[in-house]
Amino acid sequence: MAGPNETIISIRGLKNQFGAQVVHEDLDLDVRRGEVVGIVGGSGTGKSVLLRTIIGLNKPRAGQIKVFGQNLAQLSDDVRRQYETKWGVLFQDGALFSSLTVGQNIQVPLKEHLNLSQTMMDEIAALKLGLVGLPPDAGPKYPSELSGGMRKRAGLARALALDPDIVFLDEPTAGLDPIGAAAFDNLILSLKNTLGLTVFMVTHDLDSLHAICDRIAVLAEKRVIIVGTMEEMMRFNHPWVREYFHGPRARAALDAKGQGQV
Amino acid sequence: MESEFTQPTFEISRDGRGTTLLARGDWVIRVLEGVEKQLRELNLPSGETIELDLSGVGRADTTGAWLLERTRLIAGERSRCIVNGAAPSLEQLMHQVGEAYDAAESVPAHKLSIIASIEGLGRGLMAALTEAVNLLGFTGQVIQTWFRWLIIWKRIRLTPVVYHMEQVGLNAVPIIALISFLIGAVLAFLGSDLLEDFGAEVYTVTLVSFAFLREFGVLLTAIMVAGRSGSAFTAQIGSMKNREEIDAMKALGLDHIELLVLPRVIAMIVCLPLLTFVADIMGLVGGGAVLIFLEGMSPAQYFYRLQAVTEIQHFNVGLIKSVFFAASIAIIGCYQGLKVEGSAESVGQRTTLSVVEAIFTVIVLDAVFAIYFIQIGY
Repeated sequence: MAGPNETIISIRGLKNQFGAQVVHEDLDLDVRRGEVVGIVGGSGTGKSVLLRTIIGLNKPRAGQIKVFGQNLAQLSDDVRRQYETKWGVLFQDGALFSSLTVGQNIQVPLKEHLNLSQTMMDEIAALKLGLVGLPPDAGPKYPSELSGGMRKRAGLARALALDPDIVFLDEPTAGLDPIGAAAFDNLILSLKNTLGLTVFMVTHDLDSLHAICDRIAVLAEKRVIIVGTMEEMMRFNHPWVREYFHGPRARAALDAKGQGQV
Repeated sequence: MESEFTQPTFEISRDGRGTTLLARGDWVIRVLEGVEKQLRELNLPSGETIELDLSGVGRADTTGAWLLERTRLIAGERSRCIVNGAAPSLEQLMHQVGEAYDAAESVPAHKLSIIASIEGLGRGLMAALTEAVNLLGFTGQVIQTWFRWLIIWKRIRLTPVVYHMEQVGLNAVPIIALISFLIGAVLAFLGSDLLEDFGAEVYTVTLVSFAFLREFGVLLTAIMVAGRSGSAFTAQIGSMKNREEIDAMKALGLDHIELLVLPRVIAMIVCLPLLTFVADIMGLVGGGAVLIFLEGMSPAQYFYRLQAVTEIQHFNVGLIKSVFFAASIAIIGCYQGLKVEGSAESVGQRTTLSVVEAIFTVIVLDAVFAIYFIQIGY
């Protein structure tokens, strides 16, 4: 396989427009294999739209998106679907299928794309539940019977069902209590380390950014104005970025991180 | 894209000291299918040392690691199992998935099917009974709120009542008028066709007027409105319940029955008799149109017959029933809406249930009324 610095997602000159409102223009972004990239930006800067565009739920007006070195928009449906099985997506509220149990939800991609025995699929479902830290009795439950945090974990379990190369996370820690959020961060970090996962994460959570992101991309003025490590963010001189990373909440998160390291 | 991974395989060899299982290839979920079956059917010898040689394993993901870990566990149950040559990352992954699986196992087993189905029958019956009791209780609650509403005049809320009257009543006029016209016409066709044989064609007018004023007008309207507005009530209130709006009302000290249920019930009770009137008239018009234009009856003759055979009590019977139908449709619609729980799917289920229950109740009530009116000779 290619080296660790292989570019797994490459976006060039992306333009997204809804009606008269231009959300993205000339947006460039590269994501490397095995890194955790956090996407930040004010409300309405199109963070989720960017995520949806990469995974093909939203058709861009212009520009080129390459995932795994392939321009997916130009591939035939069958081939594209094969590539789509190589990523997992966690939507904001888990987006579990409400008519299926959590266990069945995890087995949906397995049934659809592979030809495994039912025993093996049951085992995989149980395994993924354990991996995302859900209690064993969550498997036969329906999504409506779970709390928000548990739904997120179950959504992640489904996203990981096919052992993807990339996971896309849309605000994974939003709405979780601080302990749950920290546990979720740790979970993603450990999955990244053991599985070599690439993580593309839209988030507002400064603690998450500090704790797990290798690089941060800031969306503003319809494009990515800077990509870099936390240190680079702190030095970057742009009003929004300064306010975001130097605000009281950011400082608190930074302090917590510093103390944690001591 | 398929060539990205090499097929996972394993080889078994025996020597004097024990059995060696040598795994090769990429143990990745996409290509595991075949090897999974082979491993499942594999009979490992017991009582000797089994060596799991993983030095040939290329890439491995959680599922592949689990398969190897499972093999190790199965082998370990019967004999001594040692793992050799695993890359540190693979070893860690196997350890991790083993722990994860232990934590998640113990899914409760299903019960015996016969006992489960008997149990299901009992539960269903009890659920139906509680549902009926709850519905009665809810009806009482609505009536109680209504009385309080009538006593404290300043609490009267006309805007939502008028809004729902427009939704339930005015907007339903075209469709009700059209179907009543058509059914009236069909009835006249049937009647004249049958009665012609006895030379009693002229009694078709009696048939149409009796049938429409007493039964068809109000039944058609009630069924139409149950499907159109009863379901809408359930869906509206149900999605509000889903978004915790009902809880928000309670937390703000507002009475959700007064705010949501009562306006709908009142609007329905006002509008269904009006719609029934529209249906009655349009049914008679439809019947008349067929008789006049197709069966050659003169308009004067038709109206004369209509006046001669129709008594006001037939019309009253329809209207009296419509009030009760209206109350049951509205109350069932709102009740089912408030019973929605959790998901959008629940809204759908409750909406279906609301329509079925409302139409069922309307028809049962209609039968009860038929017996009642015959008994009192009205």
